Amino acid sequence: MNIFGYAQQFFDAPGRWSGADGIPTRLLEHVQYSGLALLIAMVIALPVGLITGHTGRGGNALAVLATAARALPSFGLLVLLTILMGLGLTPVMVPLVALAVPPILVTTYEAMRSVDPSLVDAARGIGLPWWRILAQVELPVALPLILSGIRSGAIQIVSTATIAAYVSFGGLGRYIVDGLSQVDYAKVVGGAVLVASLALATLALFWGLGKLLVSPGVRRGR
Amino acid sequence: MIVIDAVTKRYPDGTTAVDRLTLEIPDGSITVLVGPSGCGKTTTLRMINRMVEPTEGRVLLDGRDIREAPVNALRRSMGYVIQHAGLFPHRTVVDNIATVPRLNGADKRAARRRALELMERVGLDAAFAKRYPYQLSGGQQQRVGVARALAADPPVLLMDEPFSAVDPIVRKGLQDELLRIQADLGKTVVFVTHDIDEAIKLGDMVAVLREGGRLAQYAPPAQLLSAPADEFVEDFLGVDRGIRHLSFFGTDTLELTTEPIVTEDATAEQFGAAAVPETPYVLVTDAAGRPRGWADAAVRASGPLDGPDGELLPYGHAFTVGRDSLRAALDSAVLSPTGWAVAVDEEGRAVGVVAQESIAAAIRGAHRAGVLR
Repeated sequence: MNIFGYAQQFFDAPGRWSGADGIPTRLLEHVQYSGLALLIAMVIALPVGLITGHTGRGGNALAVLATAARALPSFGLLVLLTILMGLGLTPVMVPLVALAVPPILVTTYEAMRSVDPSLVDAARGIGLPWWRILAQVELPVALPLILSGIRSGAIQIVSTATIAAYVSFGGLGRYIVDGLSQVDYAKVVGGAVLVASLALATLALFWGLGKLLVSPGVRRGR
Repeated sequence: MIVIDAVTKRYPDGTTAVDRLTLEIPDGSITVLVGPSGCGKTTTLRMINRMVEPTEGRVLLDGRDIREAPVNALRRSMGYVIQHAGLFPHRTVVDNIATVPRLNGADKRAARRRALELMERVGLDAAFAKRYPYQLSGGQQQRVGVARALAADPPVLLMDEPFSAVDPIVRKGLQDELLRIQADLGKTVVFVTHDIDEAIKLGDMVAVLREGGRLAQYAPPAQLLSAPADEFVEDFLGVDRGIRHLSFFGTDTLELTTEPIVTEDATAEQFGAAAVPETPYVLVTDAAGRPRGWADAAVRASGPLDGPDGELLPYGHAFTVGRDSLRAALDSAVLSPTGWAVAVDEEGRAVGVVAQESIAAAIRGAHRAGVLR
């Protein structure tokens, strides 16, 4: 049977669209884990990236930190933390957050640094306090880049959140993990298709956010 | 009045940008800081709104040390215009201009109304209000920059090479606009440029700075041209400072001759009668009195030639009596193949002609009166 056959078999299976192991439930769980992890990553990375980018200090330290964090194996971290802390949401969140912090942090820093210095000079000379310069001048101008950093973090979280299933959490990873242990390839393929679709939906969401939040003056000025 | 009092700016690497500079900048006039790159003119300007803090000395605004006021309040009391305008790309033109009024607590509608007023003042069509900076030309962006600086009606305007990134024609337009606005508003303008012609055109007072941030001369432009303090200033002014100096002298005292002016429908006799001994040429005007060109009186007197003005010699350009300077009159005479300058009134009608020799006499007269040196 080919991959399309497996997928069709998966999506046509009885009870697939309802119940505790139905697609809507698993999708919602996956979105919840991913959303929470992204939120935590943003709360950590955005302020640090914005402030260091604004002041221009700490760029090297950030780069080292980001490289180190990227080297962390998500799955290994999950298993290690679960052994240390037992089953729970924290061992799931830590690897996901660690995955998204570096792209958000580094891109935000770079985005803030790439704002035309004469713009900041003009804003200072006009008498804007530093926090207004940050929030009302640098942030709106850097926003397209910052959004791209959050987007790559979000997509990585969405694709990796499948590992939650290994430690008996839900989410779309459930289908993949269960499918593998039950030798049910239709389930594995179906789960993979769903994860990939969610990643694409995330991409679309950020495209929409860009349209909504980024000023036309910045968007078309590039 | 802004007083720069024995101000020095030294950087940690040991370079001295400004060296014990003292300047009194009078209210309600344009003071230009000019000099080669590295002379500390921008640093000096930036010490007035505390973008740069002096190492020694102090800056006084109306007798008070500027460090006494909160820094952002100080900056909001001074308009600030920079080279590439530094407009906020994410804001529309009207919102860019409304920035400082909004900062000062004006509500959105009042600030926008004020911004629209300012747009008119700087010569920007209201149709630009909703555009973003990237949709404007360099000159238009700079007009928005000036409008933004003026929006909160600050008494002081600091301008850091505002017009040096635009082409010469646009620059001239912006300079004229600034002079027009200044005639209306009477701000205390401190203007930085490396262009001595710009300094002479705009400045009521010009401070020439030399490398290392030392003051070479501080004088009104006419005095700068007539009596440069030293070789450095003389060099910086360039070779044709004598000619440029003439732009400070009016043309109302020039003796104009109206005799050799005839309308194009004049008879051969009238052409012959109009000729003066000094020149074989007469100036031909149209029926409204606007100059068309020079004609050889003797040839015209012997009968009309083919074509309406095919045989007329071009007169170059005319100068407007009263408004244009002696420099424009001399230039007009030099350009004219007959050696005579054509004078017109505000409506462009020829009111007389004047020979190079008469202009030279007027210049000699100015020397005798001691206004030129």
